[in-house]
Formats: sequence, structure tokens, C-alpha cells
Amino acid sequence: MARLTPANEERARQLIALYPHHRSALIPILHILQGQDGYLSEDGMKHVGELLGLSAAEVRGTATFYDMFHVEPVGKYVVAVCTNIACMLQGAYELLEAAQDQLGIAPGGTTADGMFTLEDAECLALCGNAPCATVNWRFFGDLDPQRFAQLTEDLRAGRLDAEVPPHGTLSRVDRNVGLGAPGQSVHGAGGPPPPVDVAAAAGGPHDAGIELATSLTMTAVIAHEGGRGLDHTGTRTDAPGGTDSQDQR
Amino acid sequence: MSVTDAPRIVTRRLGTPRSWTLETYLADGGYQGLRKALTMTPEEIHEQVNTANILGRGGAGFEAGRKWGMLAKPTPVYLTINGDESEPATFKDHMLIEGDPHQLIEGALICAYAIGADQVFLFVRGEFPLGIERLQAALNEAYAYGAVGKDIFASGWSIDVVVHPGAGAYICGEETALLESLEGKRGYPRIKPPFFPAVVGLYGAPTIVNNVETVSNLPWVMLNGGDAFAALGEGRSKGTKLLALAGHVNRPGNYELEFAKVSFRDLIFDPSLGAGIRDGGELKAFIPGGASSPWLGPEHLDVLLANEKIAEVGTMAGSGSVVPMDHTTCMVRAAWRIVRFFHRESCGQCTPCREGGGWLEKILQRIENGQGRESDLDLLMDVCDNISPGVRWPPAQTTICVLGPSMPPPVASGIRMFRDEYLAHIRDGRCPFPPDRLPGKLASV
Repeated sequence: MARLTPANEERARQLIALYPHHRSALIPILHILQGQDGYLSEDGMKHVGELLGLSAAEVRGTATFYDMFHVEPVGKYVVAVCTNIACMLQGAYELLEAAQDQLGIAPGGTTADGMFTLEDAECLALCGNAPCATVNWRFFGDLDPQRFAQLTEDLRAGRLDAEVPPHGTLSRVDRNVGLGAPGQSVHGAGGPPPPVDVAAAAGGPHDAGIELATSLTMTAVIAHEGGRGLDHTGTRTDAPGGTDSQDQR
Repeated sequence: MSVTDAPRIVTRRLGTPRSWTLETYLADGGYQGLRKALTMTPEEIHEQVNTANILGRGGAGFEAGRKWGMLAKPTPVYLTINGDESEPATFKDHMLIEGDPHQLIEGALICAYAIGADQVFLFVRGEFPLGIERLQAALNEAYAYGAVGKDIFASGWSIDVVVHPGAGAYICGEETALLESLEGKRGYPRIKPPFFPAVVGLYGAPTIVNNVETVSNLPWVMLNGGDAFAALGEGRSKGTKLLALAGHVNRPGNYELEFAKVSFRDLIFDPSLGAGIRDGGELKAFIPGGASSPWLGPEHLDVLLANEKIAEVGTMAGSGSVVPMDHTTCMVRAAWRIVRFFHRESCGQCTPCREGGGWLEKILQRIENGQGRESDLDLLMDVCDNISPGVRWPPAQTTICVLGPSMPPPVASGIRMFRDEYLAHIRDGRCPFPPDRLPGKLASV
């Protein structure tokens, strides 16, 4: 596949400028590349190496160490079902088996239509909503086989397009400060920051992330808040099912 | 019960609408701690943090102020915040990053000012894209507000902060592996000595690596004083602690509780906290402080949640993750899943961890599948002994980092507590709990 597009190459150059040593930008740039193509292509990794003065082996050797990076094409949606201890205690393996049956693939496999890749994942840090899964690293908690079926149906129908970007998209919010001003050394001092231009940000890499609401009700409970949050000491909101009842002590 | 009335320090704003925005943060006194800090000298701040006695909240429990005091001072100096939370059943930093990113930024800035840092890196686990988006958006806001960048709040002090995403590797929570990863390399833990990044850290420069929850306490400490923080808790364990409760309880979740005033019994059974074991079940055992901690049983429920109290019974508070398991839980399967995790996440540098993890996983797998042998218990302990000589607590190690030695505790404590259950698997040729073997391809060795 492709090298970085000119726009993404510019984003990469801005990232490189943030760090005292260029190579530190490697992983953030690989995320941009994976966001562009859905996986890390040979041409893309070669291009990243050129930007950083690294060999293809150094780029690939780093990328393949990390679970999030795929050097072969994957489905539009990578569904990672956590089976670690907290989720296992709540039926994660039963959920994973159901997911395999529903999708017709084993962990590591991709459906024939290229829609889903299934993964048997390690702890995703949403243990208050076990068993949980992520789709392209967006969280879905309190799952069971029925909710999982609803989730994949909603994904197929495009009903979750706003919440779940195509595989590879990490952050939809780019840094918009401390960059580009003449004579401005980012290292040590960001300089007088330009005002946040929300309109401009919305045109390119957008800031939908900060607006993501928790109003999703059509599918399995979506735990955008990093699991069950606290409402006061020792008490937490009851997330499942969208109820907001709170137990007061 | 003894749930205390301690103030919420790090979770106060969570649950309020749009808690992650500057608007919400400023309405609740946001950045006042930083403003106050900037009127003080770095030494005065360090003194307050020493008074507060903030134990590191990442798992090792090392005093933050003491860590800062070890900093060698040739320039540049870096601050790195460890937001690579991946310990199984730990989900507190995830919530703090997504729910209150400005508090994290403010805490990091106070720390950076106190230690004389030249640049700050907020290392966030790559699997937290919403957290990364919220944190980057908050940083953009903080720059525009004048809290980050040049001449912060007209104090003459300037600093840059960078949000750095990880890419999926548990080992990067180990601070030297984190620094390697931040340098754009594989996350291989560094050979010690040098033991402390405060001496040789990022790019070889002195670096402080602090956990998300640790620095999230700093705005409150600045505004209320180290004495007020130290007035909470007891002994070495001061302030509040965020506990991640998961597993077989009715109300899993994150709970911020005063240190040393609440017992495991309170946490698991108090109606306002865990509210007891699900479906009216019985507590069989619990993991007290992250997946690598030795397990405890019901006889230890009255141990208070404080680092030294938990250490007294031969385990650790660790990351603050507590996982109760009910009477339907197979302890072989539980140990197998934890070992499988560490084996998968081994970076592969050290033979005892890379190979020993695979051995432990395979042996536990065959026991669980009814294919175990009587000699397997001795074999398990022998492998554990090769990874962590003596299989004692705190663990000795034959490896560069503590990932390898994290495998023996769940195995050894499980065998010690549930030897008969292990033997029943072997004697009966099947797991006594349904389903009686592991699913799919895992059902055979």
C-alpha cells in the first residue's frame, strides 16, 4: 500500500518536532500510518524510516513488538474480546466462543467480507464492566452473546460510525498548539500558544473525541467513561443499561 | 461500617457533566494548585510532598518525594507520567485520564516545576484512544489558557508537555521499558544498575517517572497542604487510595477510600462499596493487589487497606486492584489465566521468564484439562523456583525486571491454599467446576 499522504507526512513532521530525539516520534507516526491504511504496509514503514533516518528493519522490528500494530491487512473492525482474569470470572470465554460462532472465525482470523478481525485480548482496563471488548479500541462493556450480536449488527449497518472509526485511527484530536510559529523551540517552551481554532480543527483531524457523548442506547452498553465512574466516595454510578440510579450510603 | 468521611482527592469531579473540559475544571478550582505552586520555590513544594508522604500509586509504593530527591541534576531533566495502565483488573488510571485530564496535566506541571524539568511526556496506554483524545484536547485548552507553554501564568516559567501514545505492551509499564518505548524502541526493560531513571533515564538524562494517580494528588496537596494529606491514612500510607474492585462482587468499580481505615471486608461487602459476593455466593479467595500479588483467603478479610498492613500478611497492595473470587471459581484456571497473561507479555529478554512462563502455562493447562500428573505440583514449584529463587515474598529474581517474578505468586499461593483442589483435578482427570476443561484449542495441550 501507500506511503504517507502529504497531509499525514506533515502531521508526522510536526510530531518529530516535539521530541528532543527524532526516533521518539516513531510510534506516534506509526499510529498515523495505521490510521491511514488500517495496517502498516511495507511502503509505509519504509517512508516512516526515511523521515526518521531509520532502516526498514528498525521500523519493522519496533512495530512488531507492539500488539496494536498490524503488518498485514485486518478487518475494518478489530474486535478484541478480553479474556483476562476479571473478564474470565464473568464469562469471557463463553463470550469469546459465542463471538467465534457468530462470526465464523477463530481468534486472529478475519471474516471473508473483510469486516471483522477477532482477537483474544489481554486486560483492557474496563474491569468494572466485565466482560468487555473493544472495537478498534473503542470500549464496549457488560457484554453477553446477545449484546455481542447486536453490536456486530450495528457495526455492519454503520450505526456506530461516529463512535467507532475505521481500524487504525487512534486519536482524532491533534495537537494544535506550540507548533509552527517562527523561531519557536518546542523543546523547553511551547511559546505563546495560538488560540484554539475549533473550526479549523474540525476540518482536518477533528475533535469529535471531546464531544463523544454517552447517549448510545441502540447496542450493548458503551462505556465511554472508562468503566463505572464514581459519583462520590465509595459509591459509583450504575452504568449498565443506561440507568442512572445511585446508591447513597 | 467503617467507610470514612475522607474527602475525595483525585475523583472529585468524576461523574460531573463534561468533567474532562477546561470549563468544568476551572469551575471547580482548576489550576489554582499550579498558581499557588508557582508562588513557591521548588524546594518548598518538595517539602510539602515529603510531608504528604505520597506513596507511588503505580504498584511499587515508592515515596514520590524520595524519588524526586534522587534526581541527578545535570540538564536536561525530564518528567514522564506513566499512564500505561495494563495490570490485569486495574482500571483506575484509565478512568482518571478519561474523566479528569486537566487534573493530570496540572499535577504533572506542579511536579515538573518542583523537579526543574525541561519537558514533560504524558505516556498513555495506546489502547485508551478516548483518553488520548481527551488528554490532547485538554492540553490544547491548557495551552490556550496559559497553563502550559511559555511564561506560564506570567510567572516566567515555561515548559512543554507532550501526549505520547503507547502501542500495546504490558511491559512498558515497567519504567525503564517505558523510557525505551518513549525513545521509539522495543519496550525492553533496561539492565540494572543504574537502578533509577532519576539518575539515568530518558535519552540518558535524569528522569522522574511518576504514575497518573500519584501526580493527580498534587493539585490538592498544593491547595490544602502536605499536612492535610498526611492527616489522612496511617503510618506510611497517607491520603486516599483509588481501589479498582472487579471480579465476583455485586458492585465492581473504582472506589477512592482513605488509606488504612477500610478493610478488605469493607471494600468487598459494604453495601456502599462492593455490596458482597454476586448471587449470594461465598468468598473463596481474593487477589489483593494486582495479578502478581499472592492471593489471600477469607481469614484475611479484616486486613486494612494500607501498604504496610497488606505487606504484613505476605502480599502487597500493588496497583490497588482487588479481585474477589467466589466458591464456583476454579483456582487452577484462575492461576492459569494469570500466568498465560504474563507469558504472553514477556518481552523475551530473559530465559527464566520467557521459557518458564510457557512451562507454567502448559502445566497448568494440562492440569485444568484433566491431563495432569501428581508430579506436576512439584514441577510447577520447581519452575517457579527457577524464575524466582526460593519462591518467597517479596520475590527474588533471576531476570532483568519483575515481570518474570510476577508469575510464581499466583501459582505458589494457589497451590498452598488449594492443594486439594489441584490434586482433585489430577486424581479425577477433570476439572471439578463446570465447564470441566478450557475452551477451543486450549482444551488440549
